[in-house]
Amino acid sequence: MDIFLQQLINGLVLGSVYALVALGYTMVYGILELINFAHGEITMMGALVALAVIGALALAAPGLPGVLVLGAGLAVAIPVCVALGLVIERVAYRPLRNAPRLAPLITAIGVSIILQNVAMLIWGKQYIPFPAILPEGRHQVLGATVSDIQIAILVLAVLIMLALILVVQKTRLGRAMRATAQSRQVASLMGVDVNRVIAATFAIGSALAAVAGVMVSAYYGLAHYYMGFLLGLKAFSAAVLGGIGNLRGAMLGGLLLGLIESFGAGYIGDLTGGFLGSNYQDVFAFFVLIAVLVFRPSGLLGARLVERA
Amino acid sequence: MKRTPPRWLAFSLLALGLALLPFLVDAGMGRSWVRLLDLALLYVILALGLNIVVGYAGLLDLGYVAFYALGAYVYAWLASPHFGLHLPFWAVLPLGAALAALFGVLLGAPTLRLRGDYLAIVTLGFGEIIRIFMNNLNAPVNITNGPQGINLIDPVRLGSFSLNQPHRLFGVTFTGIHLTYYLFLLFTLMVIFISMRLEDSRIGRAWVAIREDEIAAAATGINTRNLKLLAFAMGATFGGLAGGLFASFQGFISPESFNLMESIMILCMIVLGGMGHIPGVIFGAVVLTLLPEALRYTGDWQRDLFGHVYVDPADLRMLLFGVALVAVMLYRPAGLLPSTRRRREFADAKG
Amino acid sequence: MSAPKAGNLLSDRLDAELTPLLTVSGVSKAFGGLQALSGISLRVNAGEIFGLIGPNGAGKTTLFNALTGLYTIDRGEVRLGGLRLDGRKPHQVLQAGLARTFQNIRLFAEMTALENVLVGRHARTRSGVVGAVLRLPATRREEADSRAHAHALLQRVGIAQHAHRLARNLSYGDQRRLEIARALATEPTLLALDEPAAGMNPAERAALRELLLKLQADGVTLLLIEHDVKLVMGLCTRLAVLDYGVKIAEGTPDVVSRDPRVVAAYLGDEMP
Repeated sequence: MDIFLQQLINGLVLGSVYALVALGYTMVYGILELINFAHGEITMMGALVALAVIGALALAAPGLPGVLVLGAGLAVAIPVCVALGLVIERVAYRPLRNAPRLAPLITAIGVSIILQNVAMLIWGKQYIPFPAILPEGRHQVLGATVSDIQIAILVLAVLIMLALILVVQKTRLGRAMRATAQSRQVASLMGVDVNRVIAATFAIGSALAAVAGVMVSAYYGLAHYYMGFLLGLKAFSAAVLGGIGNLRGAMLGGLLLGLIESFGAGYIGDLTGGFLGSNYQDVFAFFVLIAVLVFRPSGLLGARLVERA
Repeated sequence: MKRTPPRWLAFSLLALGLALLPFLVDAGMGRSWVRLLDLALLYVILALGLNIVVGYAGLLDLGYVAFYALGAYVYAWLASPHFGLHLPFWAVLPLGAALAALFGVLLGAPTLRLRGDYLAIVTLGFGEIIRIFMNNLNAPVNITNGPQGINLIDPVRLGSFSLNQPHRLFGVTFTGIHLTYYLFLLFTLMVIFISMRLEDSRIGRAWVAIREDEIAAAATGINTRNLKLLAFAMGATFGGLAGGLFASFQGFISPESFNLMESIMILCMIVLGGMGHIPGVIFGAVVLTLLPEALRYTGDWQRDLFGHVYVDPADLRMLLFGVALVAVMLYRPAGLLPSTRRRREFADAKG
Repeated sequence: MSAPKAGNLLSDRLDAELTPLLTVSGVSKAFGGLQALSGISLRVNAGEIFGLIGPNGAGKTTLFNALTGLYTIDRGEVRLGGLRLDGRKPHQVLQAGLARTFQNIRLFAEMTALENVLVGRHARTRSGVVGAVLRLPATRREEADSRAHAHALLQRVGIAQHAHRLARNLSYGDQRRLEIARALATEPTLLALDEPAAGMNPAERAALRELLLKLQADGVTLLLIEHDVKLVMGLCTRLAVLDYGVKIAEGTPDVVSRDPRVVAAYLGDEMP
């Protein structure tokens, strides 16, 4: 029972981070029908920028409370990621909006390689530890352990997602986003500045990615120039699982994928009679992705995916 | 009509040039460049294979390296002390290629209904799955030997004639890498030949039609499912073949050699040279294989300029690839060496 | 849904003398809550030019997509000759002898005109990878035949001089003609044309009219969606009129143009 509960908690925490990143994929896809391959790398950039700030502050002012230092890290990482997202959209995607489908996809891959290697040149290839600035309280709940960081991640992620839903449902910008997702042409005829809506979408997605990046590095205690690749892929799988283009789908997909991974890794040894171990944790996301695309390409909550005539 | 030299003359000169190339390179630039030449040929095979999938059929496959890996592992399993098997290369190579083709179909089948971008990510996922398995299938049964990889793989050997030692023929000493060059050249020419024949055929046209407009292709009588699977299978065959050659050439393989960046690099080769255009793809493959070696000079420049190497030249490579992908797509979407048909068409439009 | 009595009687009498080629019975198709086609039945006889008209959004192109396998229909049956077409994939429909063109021209843009038509030969040829790589005698023969056939078709639709130009660089009218040539290369018994005259100037329209009559004379049955009333009235042997996914009339142009329901459907729209 305690293992079950432990995996449940771990899965929810991990899943909430996936959900934040998945939202970025799903929003951009909903509006541009483009898989923003570079999104995972923006997450990585967020983590590394925040870590650089946190590391510098922890050295310069060792007495500062951890939450404040973390806040400062986020305060720098978020604008940096937003700027990155905007530049990428402007330079690599916008000129190709009417090009053959393969073209923006290839530039997206190019951009993600560039980001990865720029990060490697700046921060090197080694793992960068997350400084011990956060409270390390642990709580026992029915035999399972919950850390303060886990609680903070979960609460923050849920708050952010609620805020996002409010923005999309209630604000002018949200309405413009939904209209643009329905039809770019019609939205622009109705007076929506489509370019601004798209830019705003990238900005919001990138901000979420920055937060998620910081969460991941705080959770695992490290960051790395290559971390965005796998994280991005998993988050994308989560978005597809929920139904790409659908905000609630991305949230649901993220949480589900976190749970699948966590339970999968916890029980795979028993299931395969010890043949496969928890080192296969990373394949679950791909199997989920493939299974969803084959059996239910529209995802759990999504609209159709398969090309229409 | 301009007077052009007769075809046989052009062919003979080309053949002579290709035959002498390793010796010229050896004499002029050193042995390490001959080795690089061998690798370049291998990448030409790989790039032409991926070109069938991406360039002709328009299916963005980011897991292509999986087939390369499969070919390499099949070779390693059947011709190394790992399982104690030492089958001859002429049996192992086709087997690896065939197995890769089979996997091409198996992996391709579930993705057929997907649109281009989904296909990209699913194939990427497949590539990663295969890599994760290669890394972890050393326990409880040791199949891949995990991250350490498989060692002491047999070189290509025919009777007592082994490709990994020097031979004196016609009074000339051929070292292993020279001989490997001729072997690889043979396979490369075969793959080029097959690509050229396919391009200008019923099958090749059907692939391009699918790339251009899948719905119109279906409505014009093309069985899009079968032809896409055929493209996957053909591409995978070349990948598997290259993998086997790679394993025999290196004598050692590990999952490290088959990561996503390898797939991306092969993709870069065909995008840079010109998707769907054979000379462009060959050009892209050769240039990008030689690039890391050329980049080494940037280290010297840095030392001359700053008295210190700031950026490891090897790290510059991927960065340049990324920049190249973006720049080519934005400014020269047809590649650096666009197809003559397009150029002819361009002249036609002007004239 | 049944057509008006008068139209039915007349078309029944005509039908008795002709062999039906395409039989559409009770075809329905809905997209979510929108009933795009409700119980469409019609019959195209061998050798005729059959017009499909109706206001925008009446379901004409949807019917085309349903006939050619791009949409799966919810109910009903489609037969070509004796062969069931419904439930088949687009390439199987084509193989059975029903070829089509598209309202918004769908050529293979980066291929030459000749290659576009050669793709049309795909369904009627069979050489595979081995044949192509080894250039087996059968493959060579087939390829030579295909090329001769394709050149002849380009000639026939009047764009032989553009054989080696990329499809996307052809003029609009030539692209429409190339699309027809590509469809003809599949040797259809029934050719379905979705607004072939759209965007053409009067001279091009006249040439198209000639071409269609020539095709009819050669034994190709034509099914035509068209907005150009003059073209439709002068060309078609019979018409069906769709409105809101329902067939409201079927018969000769004379009969249809006097049908009060057709007049009502077109009120405010162009009058057929």
